[in-house]
Amino acid sequence: MHELGVVFYVVKDVKNVAEENKVEKVNSVTLQIGEVSGIIHEYLIDCWNWARKKEPVMEEAEMFIEQIDAVTFCEDCKKEYGTVEHGKTCPHCGSEHTYLVRGNEFLIKEIEVV
Amino acid sequence: MEKEVRVIEVKRSIFEDNNKDADRLRGELKEKGVFLLNLMSSPGSGKTTTLLALAKALEGRVKMGVMEADIDSAVDAETMLEHGIKSIQIHTGGMCHLDADMTRQGLYEFGLDEAELIVLENVGNLVCPAEFDTGAVKNMTILSVPEGDDKPQKYPLMYETCDLLVVNKTDVLPYFDFDKENVEKYARLRNPNIDIIYISAKTGEGIDQLADWIVKEVQEWRK
Repeated sequence: MHELGVVFYVVKDVKNVAEENKVEKVNSVTLQIGEVSGIIHEYLIDCWNWARKKEPVMEEAEMFIEQIDAVTFCEDCKKEYGTVEHGKTCPHCGSEHTYLVRGNEFLIKEIEVV
Repeated sequence: MEKEVRVIEVKRSIFEDNNKDADRLRGELKEKGVFLLNLMSSPGSGKTTTLLALAKALEGRVKMGVMEADIDSAVDAETMLEHGIKSIQIHTGGMCHLDADMTRQGLYEFGLDEAELIVLENVGNLVCPAEFDTGAVKNMTILSVPEGDDKPQKYPLMYETCDLLVVNKTDVLPYFDFDKENVEKYARLRNPNIDIIYISAKTGEGIDQLADWIVKEVQEWRK
């Protein structure tokens, strides 16, 4: 299960940031996740609610997720379009020479701490 | 006094640590002259059978070992050992992929001193393994004919990250609507530099060509 794997990275990173900043307690963790990163938000939060209990500094921290909409760029007509609606084929000119500009991210945006 | 709540901006990708760790691992492998090949594919594409055929073709050319990664069981490692191939089994403990740190632990358990080529047989999955750099020198993916020619369209990241695409089970081509041109077109669209080799691990077709590709890469790396 992919969500379980990535949640361990979140725990590790949050722990490091908390230690560097001499944090007593993490109240919440906000993530930014791309629309086509393949992450199911509900599953991720379920995994988080399980994994956070292993680290006292974040055992009660809530997880918030912001979505980054996926956008694809067409190299032929130089226009952008929504990846999820149109996939790899440009809706403007029909070209398949396209690449993902954003929407694949998995970022820890910020943490709220005491 | 009430304690102040503050917000720390983190703004970092969770893949960052792993990517750095993977680069470090490649450095360690370079120093020891060990070539790590990360082998990925869907379950049932013929990874294990291909490795058995490959071990024979590489005999006397390159010393090959195998690290088998699975969620559970030691079936694949036992198969390798039965055929006289040095092998260890790694369990991912429920996870769908291996990362650089797990790979390093496996490598040191395997032993690097006498190794030349170590093939990491990743978890059978076309999604997650492509996202985590294992520290391998090259990535190879196997696509078997019965899976269909549209895999590069459906799993773009897998083909973007691969240096070599091996199309396996060519012996059953007459029975499937499998369009080679379609595979090549979409694989190259995702990665213009991808090498493509057609094999049948069962009949042995193309195995020598695959062995040559690997020998060349190993020699290049060990220079």
